[in-house]
Amino acid sequence: MGSYLSMNDSDKRIMLEKTGVSSVMDLYRDVPKDLILDKPLDLPEGKAEMQVARIMRQLAGENRVFGTVFRGAGAYRHYIPAIVDEVASKETLLTAYTPYQAEISQGVLQSIFEYQTMICELTGMDVSNASVYDGASAAAEAAAMCRDRKRNKILVSETVNPEVITVMRTYSWASDGQIVTVPASGGVTDLQKLCEAVDKDTAAVCLQNPNYLGCLEDLRAAADIIHEKGAKLIAYVNPIAQAILKTPYECGADIAVGEGQPLGLPLAYGGPYLGFMACRQEMMRRLPGRIVGQTVDPQGREAYVLTLQAREQHIRREKASSNICSNEALCALRAAVYMAAMGREGMRQVAKQCVSKAHYLQQKLEEAGFARKYGQEFFHEFVTTCPYDADEVMKILAGNDILGGLVLSQHEILWCATEMNTKEETDRMVSLLKEALG
Amino acid sequence: MKLLFEKSKPGTGNQYIPACDTPEYALDASFLREEEAALPEISENDLSRHYSALEKRSYGVNDGFYPLGSCTMKYNPKINEAAAALEGFTDIHPLQPADTVSGCRKVLDMTKQYLCTITGMDAMTLAPAAGAHGEFTGMMLIRKYHEMRGDMKRRKVIVPDSSHGTNPATGTMNGMKVVSIPSTPEGYVDLEKLRQAVDDETAGLMLTNPNTLGLFDRNICEITKIVHEAGGLCYYDGANMNPIMGIVRPGDMGFDCIHLNLHKTFSTPHGGGGPGAGAVGCKQFLAEYLPWDLEETENSCGKVRSYHGSFLVIVKALAYILSLGKEGIPASAAASVLNANYFKALLSEKYTMANPGFCMHEFVMTLEKEHKEHGFSALDIAKGLLDNGIHPPTMYFPLIVHEALMAEPTETESRQTLEEAAKIFLDLYDEAMKDPESMQHRPQSTVIGRPDEVLAARKPVLRWKKEEKDEG
Repeated sequence: MGSYLSMNDSDKRIMLEKTGVSSVMDLYRDVPKDLILDKPLDLPEGKAEMQVARIMRQLAGENRVFGTVFRGAGAYRHYIPAIVDEVASKETLLTAYTPYQAEISQGVLQSIFEYQTMICELTGMDVSNASVYDGASAAAEAAAMCRDRKRNKILVSETVNPEVITVMRTYSWASDGQIVTVPASGGVTDLQKLCEAVDKDTAAVCLQNPNYLGCLEDLRAAADIIHEKGAKLIAYVNPIAQAILKTPYECGADIAVGEGQPLGLPLAYGGPYLGFMACRQEMMRRLPGRIVGQTVDPQGREAYVLTLQAREQHIRREKASSNICSNEALCALRAAVYMAAMGREGMRQVAKQCVSKAHYLQQKLEEAGFARKYGQEFFHEFVTTCPYDADEVMKILAGNDILGGLVLSQHEILWCATEMNTKEETDRMVSLLKEALG
Repeated sequence: MKLLFEKSKPGTGNQYIPACDTPEYALDASFLREEEAALPEISENDLSRHYSALEKRSYGVNDGFYPLGSCTMKYNPKINEAAAALEGFTDIHPLQPADTVSGCRKVLDMTKQYLCTITGMDAMTLAPAAGAHGEFTGMMLIRKYHEMRGDMKRRKVIVPDSSHGTNPATGTMNGMKVVSIPSTPEGYVDLEKLRQAVDDETAGLMLTNPNTLGLFDRNICEITKIVHEAGGLCYYDGANMNPIMGIVRPGDMGFDCIHLNLHKTFSTPHGGGGPGAGAVGCKQFLAEYLPWDLEETENSCGKVRSYHGSFLVIVKALAYILSLGKEGIPASAAASVLNANYFKALLSEKYTMANPGFCMHEFVMTLEKEHKEHGFSALDIAKGLLDNGIHPPTMYFPLIVHEALMAEPTETESRQTLEEAAKIFLDLYDEAMKDPESMQHRPQSTVIGRPDEVLAARKPVLRWKKEEKDEG
């Protein structure tokens, strides 16, 4: 049996004696007798590390790791420099608590401050928090930031990732808010419909760019429509794309949120991921979660602390607008190391290669009879029609170690390419499709 | 220490990806950002040293004693990390076909089953990403339950004044009115006050047991009965589950719904503030309201995050449960209680305890008298501990104890560590009594002294900016 205790029989005797009891169970005297379990839990017996390692390897081995992946839809496979894993495994950074004791937590605090700065750089925004759970909960928290007594309605475009819409709906239901979807037209948000839908009760509109279907939205035009009615724009963006795309700030968004997973986090069957949130100065005090600020110590040395805590649950209790406490600090650290390692130019290269490779993939698929569904410009994802049963296509690809695009319907597939997809991979997949289906 | 941005040098950097092997496609300039993101440009060697330096300016469980109350800073086993690093877990897309993820599904199912057994619940979701997220989820189940019965007016949630701040904040996030009830002088739920507080608008009660004073509420069955008789449900905040796992189950105490902090009780690392995982369990009658995962279910409350939860954190927790097993789980719980009581007995020599007698996994000291009569505070003691290589206990919590220090040693500390730490606590007390003024200048040996928090909040500097640096 595995045990992480550091207590031998002699220790136990000494400790019991000092405590003044004869058995550890005497310390449970406040627990009603009839509640104490009278038999062991129905769990397996404890195991030695070698056995646990074997079981975990077996479980991992039952999953299928695809050599080639053309699927994104909210979770993206990118190259992760070795240094990211190395830094995130540093024992002290891994096992530290939230940095409440600033004097012994300057390292963690500084790393968060640097992360906040890089998120501000990517989004163009003034202020970033230290992270929330994932992109979807970040969007839900952003909606809560915008709502007040007068404006309780949140509009969300149909082109936003359905996972995100579902989570926004759930949060909104809990707090008696209203969520209304705005229809799409030709793969992007229908701005005419948006204009009709925004009213005096609308607190905010959430748009995704590049959207779930891969298309680039006209955020600038949407922002004008939304602001005209006094509502806020929440831009849900892809952090890799932000290395080259117009920033939410430049487009007029009030809050930028998104899924930080592409920044050096493995796919990991969906988690842990990283919700990033950044906003304009005016909304700073409504931003939920931890925020690190710079200050000085008594000797005038630069110092970092958790700040603006008057917003948070441990101070405001029921008056806090969010209950978030633990966030995704180590994931934010991964993101920071990733961004710094890739660097200014590396991030741009990744983004540009995503664009180029996705366009190459699209062109090749077109040649194989998979016509593009929407004519809009796209980043690294796009929807094609599928001349055959899409599930059958996926099976053929899976038989060749390829995870194909996400099947949206029997004859529609959402494809994705990143810098990881070589030309050779794309060519091989398309010839497979031609052979098998042609 | 210099920031990454101050170490950045134009033209440096690393080549992690090869040149593009497909024709270049240029997006129309109207889509492109006007100004490049000012990300760092730094060699890998300098980057590596930067983070080594940051690590040295931090403090983890591996560095020393970490008796942070209510946080359960136990040892984080290495095998858990190794398991979570397996490619068969890390390289799986969340939207892969079902027949390619049977290992992941087994991890989730096994963990759910074991956690149900440990808590006495019938069903479990692993979707929530942290404890507070679990509270949010759990209270949604309770709200949904009342609404599905057409009992729309149940919108009041009762929390004791000793509760974690997340409890009342969770109530608000669920559109509920929060009713705070005072505790008895000993720190227990005041049964009379509870009886007065419940009515036909009560949705439920949120309770931590053992409570934030480290006491197991001996009236627990009466408490849950009072709430149930008024038509409300009982929510168990599992932050303090560590001392009772395998010994007594929330499900047997009358709780309908619970959350667990896998990053506390089940040994997954805190990562400097996350990622955690907050499993939520419930009795069968609430199961249909749990968040859905693979397929939307009719009465589900929805989804609280994308995909399937903090999967790799769940892998680590499963490795821990498998290691400890049926004998190790209660043994760990019991050891956490013995360690806490031993540490409490050692410190009682000088420190005043908020509650005399035995505790569960943690206990609270009060420096109220010292603060009034001798001029040093709980904060001063905490900061003095920093000079001695010890992470201080939780300060100023629970709110019902003045000048509180809440210590939770956990089961993975040795007797020797506790004795060495106790000596430091006791010496520090003497020092503070002799020279309280000097305590205000603690810590002295850390890389910074007490930071100016007022300045930080009044003139927030929340990101680095080039311009400001140049002017300064």
